[in-house]
Amino acid sequence: MNRVERVFISRKAFIPFITAGDPDLETTKELVLHMAQAGADLIELGIPFSDPVAEGPVIQEADLRALSAGVTTDKIFEMLAQLRTECDTPLAFMTYINPVYTYGTERFMKRCQEVGIDALIVPDMPFEEKEELQPFCEQYQITLISLIAPSSKERIRMIAREAQGFLYCVSSLGVTGIRNSLGNGIKEMIAEVKKATNIPCAIGFGIATPQQASEMASIADGVIVGSAIVDLIGRYGKESVPYVEQYVRMMKQACEAGL
Amino acid sequence: MSKGRFGIHGGQYIPETLMNAVNELEEAYEYYKKDQVFQRELNDLLSNYAGRPSLLYYAKMMTKDLGGAKIYLKREDLNHTGSHKINNVLGQALLAKKMGKRRLIAETGAGQHGVATATAAALLNMECEIFMGKEDTERQALNVFRMELLGAKVHAVTSGTQTLKDAVNETLREWSKRMEDTHYVLGSVMGPHPFPTMVRDFQKIIGKEVKEQLLMKEGRLPDVLLACVGGGSNAMGLFYEFIEDREVRLIGCEAGGLGVDTDKTAATVATGSLGIFHGMKSYFCQDEYGQIAPVYSISAGLDYPGVGPEHANLYDMGRAEYVPVTDQEAVDAFEYLAKTEGIIPAIESAHAVAYARRLAPTLGRDKILVINLSGRGDKDVAAIARYRGVKLYE
Repeated sequence: MNRVERVFISRKAFIPFITAGDPDLETTKELVLHMAQAGADLIELGIPFSDPVAEGPVIQEADLRALSAGVTTDKIFEMLAQLRTECDTPLAFMTYINPVYTYGTERFMKRCQEVGIDALIVPDMPFEEKEELQPFCEQYQITLISLIAPSSKERIRMIAREAQGFLYCVSSLGVTGIRNSLGNGIKEMIAEVKKATNIPCAIGFGIATPQQASEMASIADGVIVGSAIVDLIGRYGKESVPYVEQYVRMMKQACEAGL
Repeated sequence: MSKGRFGIHGGQYIPETLMNAVNELEEAYEYYKKDQVFQRELNDLLSNYAGRPSLLYYAKMMTKDLGGAKIYLKREDLNHTGSHKINNVLGQALLAKKMGKRRLIAETGAGQHGVATATAAALLNMECEIFMGKEDTERQALNVFRMELLGAKVHAVTSGTQTLKDAVNETLREWSKRMEDTHYVLGSVMGPHPFPTMVRDFQKIIGKEVKEQLLMKEGRLPDVLLACVGGGSNAMGLFYEFIEDREVRLIGCEAGGLGVDTDKTAATVATGSLGIFHGMKSYFCQDEYGQIAPVYSISAGLDYPGVGPEHANLYDMGRAEYVPVTDQEAVDAFEYLAKTEGIIPAIESAHAVAYARRLAPTLGRDKILVINLSGRGDKDVAAIARYRGVKLYE
């Protein structure tokens, strides 16, 4: 069992997402440390991309802020190398396939392993294209996370059977962003997964309130929150660390309350 | 290797949310392309609504003026809605209707594809929403109003560089929200499989007609085919029937903008590198970290940082050549064709005309060159006036 799978043992995992370099890498580092202290079980770090087609406006703007501030994949790796001396919380990269492919897929995975990245989430790489990354992920022991969506239907079992680490269950159609009501049918989606395999399921997209987190934690193994946190960072910038820490603590408690 | 490959290019790099939508589309397309009723209905629309076949016109004055190869113009500008875009749109809209979709969405750059989609939606009684970069809504204001007249809702896209690539991003996002009743009419030979293949199939009628028409007029194949390339649908439509005819040179004209040695360019093959974006592996204008470059061209329709995967493969194989043409050359060619032949080309198509002006004099008089005049230039008149510093009062 690797570090990613261990995240889900006897607890409901809370998985926050932030965009690396928003507003700068120093703040990103502080945010990671404080989210880990506040109970984050695994932290997703976005490598900003110029054209994030799976993101709503909140994360699109974060990517733009980070890129405008001059953040690059190499600078993110450098920051992580330092961060890893202070924090051993599992970390996942969330980015699009082009930044990985253009960096050189093997070189990218090698760097990931060197700086202690545990997993990789690539929203524009579906099951059919995973050979693009999978061999290199295996070589450098990076867990490649699979996603399923409400539109996946008969594809769920095929994807779940080969999934590793955890399965990222997209709650609703459309892009990332805070939603008042989450898609119905999530329970059925997860039931379908569990028929095929026992892999942990984490639900993401749209979740923002403790009540939503608690509800989702009661039907899944983990909860992923991005836009609500990125929104705080957008609002408070370099001063956002205490706000984010408090929010993560509240959400982690909400997840566990469902146990 | 996944589906929809052209050499190493192509594929289906899209979010899981959209996978069943493209799979459903592929299945429907495979079925209907062999369905005689569908083909009959499409051919009826193409000939009785769009005005096909389009003329193959011998440009006598231009040929005489340039003093080299004999020049023919494939008059896609004479199609209904004024460009080759209608060929693909009628095919996709009819297919969507057969699939039970009620709503069409599409990206547009210059507005030609948006106008064609809005037209097909009006004809087939479907809802229509068009996504267009805010910058493009300003430089092509007339086309925005034209789409609205046809009953479409036009969204000005304010994300990113506010041009064609951002319009594609936004249309993909919209499709991932609502796919049950909605078909995304992608406008070029790009995106995830099956779009590059399907759009090429709907456009290959251009080359098929050229072949027949030229055999009638000259009794032989052309020596050179020229077409402008953004995503590359009019070029692919012209080239496809000639790929096996190795003696025919295929030349795609990219938007060089202010020049390929500047960062104000959209010449993907000349300045780009291998990448994966908008669902496909192909060549893209990007930086060393895979961030897509903010490209530039005077032509909104060629202002795109990638190129269709089949073009990328034709380039890899050395079967087709791709050359950059600057804004200045395109504008000169725009005015040149107006004055010599009395035909105002779209600024996109003017890129191909510009390269013909360079190439034709170097070829013998026994050579035949065909330019795809992919669209008409009415939409560009105001922009050309601006370029020349002429103030128009509308």
